[in-house]
Amino acid sequence: MTDKEKYRAMFCDPNWDYETLQAADEVISRIGKEYLKLKIYPNQIEVVTSEQMLDAYALTGLPTSYPHWKFGKDFVLNQNNYTKGRMGLSYELVINSNPCISYNMENNSTCMMLLVIAHACQGHNAFFANNYMFLDWTSADSIVDYMAFAREYILKCEEEHGEEEVERVLDAAHALMNYGVDKYKKPSKLSAKEENERLKKLTAIRHENYNEIWRTLPQAVAELDVAVLDEGRFPKEPEENILYFIEKYAPAMPQWKREIVRIVRKVAQYFYPQGATKVMNEGFATFVHYHIINKMFEEGYLNDGFMLEFIKSHSSVLFQPEYNSKFYSGLNPYTLGFNIFMDIKRICQEPTEEDKAWFPDLIGKNWLDQVLYVMENFRDDSFILQYLSPKVIRDMKLFTIIDNEGESEFQIGAIHNERGYRRVREQLASQYDRSNYIPNIQVTRVDRHQTSKLYLTHYMQKDRKLESKSARQTLAHLRYLWGFPVELHSKNKLGINESSFEVK
Amino acid sequence: MSHIIDRRKNDKGKSTGNRQKFLKRVENQIKKAIPDIISQESIKDSSTGGSVKVPVRGLEEPTFHHDPKTGKKQTVRPGNDKYSEGDRVPKPKGGGAGAGSGRGKGSNSPEVTEDEFTVVLSREEFLKYFFDDLALPNMVKKLMDSTENFEMRRAGYTRDSVPSRLNIKTSYQQSLGRRLALKGVLDKKLALLEEQLSLATDPEQKVVLAEEVEKVRRQANTLPFFEDIDLRYNNFERVPIPVTSAVMFCIMDVSASMGQHEKDIAKRFFTLLYIFLTRQYKNVELVFIRHHTEAKEVSEDEFFNSRESGGTVVAPSLKLMEQIRRTRYDDSWNVYCCQASDGDVWSKQDATECKQLLLEDILPTIQYMAYIEISNNPRESDLWQAYSRISDDDSFSIRQVYEPFEIWPVFQGLFRKRSTV
Repeated sequence: MTDKEKYRAMFCDPNWDYETLQAADEVISRIGKEYLKLKIYPNQIEVVTSEQMLDAYALTGLPTSYPHWKFGKDFVLNQNNYTKGRMGLSYELVINSNPCISYNMENNSTCMMLLVIAHACQGHNAFFANNYMFLDWTSADSIVDYMAFAREYILKCEEEHGEEEVERVLDAAHALMNYGVDKYKKPSKLSAKEENERLKKLTAIRHENYNEIWRTLPQAVAELDVAVLDEGRFPKEPEENILYFIEKYAPAMPQWKREIVRIVRKVAQYFYPQGATKVMNEGFATFVHYHIINKMFEEGYLNDGFMLEFIKSHSSVLFQPEYNSKFYSGLNPYTLGFNIFMDIKRICQEPTEEDKAWFPDLIGKNWLDQVLYVMENFRDDSFILQYLSPKVIRDMKLFTIIDNEGESEFQIGAIHNERGYRRVREQLASQYDRSNYIPNIQVTRVDRHQTSKLYLTHYMQKDRKLESKSARQTLAHLRYLWGFPVELHSKNKLGINESSFEVK
Repeated sequence: MSHIIDRRKNDKGKSTGNRQKFLKRVENQIKKAIPDIISQESIKDSSTGGSVKVPVRGLEEPTFHHDPKTGKKQTVRPGNDKYSEGDRVPKPKGGGAGAGSGRGKGSNSPEVTEDEFTVVLSREEFLKYFFDDLALPNMVKKLMDSTENFEMRRAGYTRDSVPSRLNIKTSYQQSLGRRLALKGVLDKKLALLEEQLSLATDPEQKVVLAEEVEKVRRQANTLPFFEDIDLRYNNFERVPIPVTSAVMFCIMDVSASMGQHEKDIAKRFFTLLYIFLTRQYKNVELVFIRHHTEAKEVSEDEFFNSRESGGTVVAPSLKLMEQIRRTRYDDSWNVYCCQASDGDVWSKQDATECKQLLLEDILPTIQYMAYIEISNNPRESDLWQAYSRISDDDSFSIRQVYEPFEIWPVFQGLFRKRSTV
């Protein structure tokens, strides 16, 4: 018991030191494991200064990355905002890696440190380690090595081919980064070692097959031909992964450029689950820190003063300005996710008649098992579609606004009433569907006979067109990578062209 | 088990390389913005170590995205306080500005538009862009010429020098070694001889050996304490020292005809020159001379701020400058002179005298002189006429300015790198 007394004294002192963090991690890990049954990666908790946090921001949560001006721009932008006081830095930043690396700001108080350790090192960590999106699309074990490999490779390319040319390729590949993911196929796992071996093998094959006579032939056309030797259209099926398509089939691209495109594609794929699980991930982590800190209080590790500070921070994390507030900038993913998870717990424990009708599967189940099951098997759109309850809709007073092109008024579509619940829920779920914010564009055809022209199709949804200026710029990047003219058509539901872009 | 690592001691410059890449990308814009910055007040800040803001455009990273104005959109918002299904609300003016995409945003992502995107340059970076393509006139010449100073520096020891440079400690070390070595040899020889002596039976041979022993013993006991070969002297070398100091004379006309505007322009020009010099030389001294009918050396503050009136005679200020240079600054100084005036002089004779002074006394001894005439009068002033005859743009340049924005081009023109030098 003397241990508990000692810990309590440490946790309630606003100044922390190394021992405090160690004790906090020990207690929090124990509660996470025993009480919340979390399975996590080992933690690597790093204490950083604000400058180092800005560095980490610029690399968008990768421990290291290849050099590119974009990261410098983000750094300058963040630094400006931070020094002007327009932006606060978050208390932590956590990386989906094994061991799970988290950066904690040095100026956090003890309370914030505990909150952050519970939030990131248990909540996010467990999410990374168990959610199917992360398990299928990312390789936490090898991302750090892979990024180190990518950095080396790009630096080597800069040396061999000049910084400008490398930058050109990266710029172009970045423009298409949203189109570097296989949404339905599970990708193979990353490994820096294997990448290196693959590269070596490629070089070896090239050396073995080197023949002066064949040098005049364009590089990859043979490959293209083999893939499409049989009749007609190429590709046979539309390809959604444009970067992959380029890497594999661009007719006259040197090998090193293909490798760079591949690196960007792999990074895009690594980030894909984070974009698709923002609400769940933050919601779950908030749910975890809320339960762990309360449990610590129950067990007597914390005093009332600590709890007051905690509740203040916790509620500011969950602050949701209303639609007409000047602070409103969309739904707060922390709030939405946390509310849904808390409601799952409530429905398991104290269901109402309404819940019995809406969620028959949850009634009478163990709340923790259900929460963990949901955490492991859903992503934002399916999570909302399945578990957004009428009570949460009522509590948050959600409503939908219909904004049709060409009409002078907004229309209120559905509100928090019996008629509206389902529609609000479906609408919100579709809002978190990737196709809602990333236009659905696929490679549909390559003219193999004459021009090597690449044809893309934009499948329009809800009559939404492409923003033409940026579409043209992006196509120019694609044109550079492909090496031959490209053309894009926006097709509506009926398959009729609405607009076309072409870069010759 | 978790690892807890304190990274605070680590390098914080992880983004430096990327930042440089970014700056390189906006380099042209920064360079273009520099004249604006100079024509604003902030020039002073840059010399005292502040930061400079450069607005930057054209950094968009294009991607395919929806045109927010098109299509049928439906978004979910929180906090409904008054609406029922089917209500209609007029759209705010200016298109669908109020209808954001509704995507969840992190609670700490700031709303920043590219228009207000500024780069904050450190003083070093600012000066780098600032003085790109410029070099101090004739500096190369000065460095290459024999006017370099030399300094004697210690450079090890030598065997041959004057007695006053004798290094006793090193010499003693040499002597000690020599004596130990010689004594060792002699001692060994002595031991050998003594052994032979003790074994010898022939009396004649004994005598010979005894003499030999005596001789060697004497040798061993009389090794000289110092020999010539022991002596070591401190060695010195002449090392050329590049000239690192410069003095800048600022001469300004403060007669009644110089208004606040003229003074302001002059001040900016002097400031520019000063920053420029501080970048090239380790230490730069400033001498302020102002004149109306008589010349006077003053402090910086007084130079720019106090007002005097009266007519204008220029020659005394040049005389004063020459006098100060002679008494205070020897040949090891690079001398720069910068004169600002509105061109009005009392008489033609004064202008002629100035020309004479420059030609005979001043120009041969200084690195560079710049004369700026702050006037928008198309008529050439007397001073301008006199100066323009001896100006060669190499060591003496003259320019005319009137508006603040003209300063930078003039400055650039004065100090442009000369490919011939």
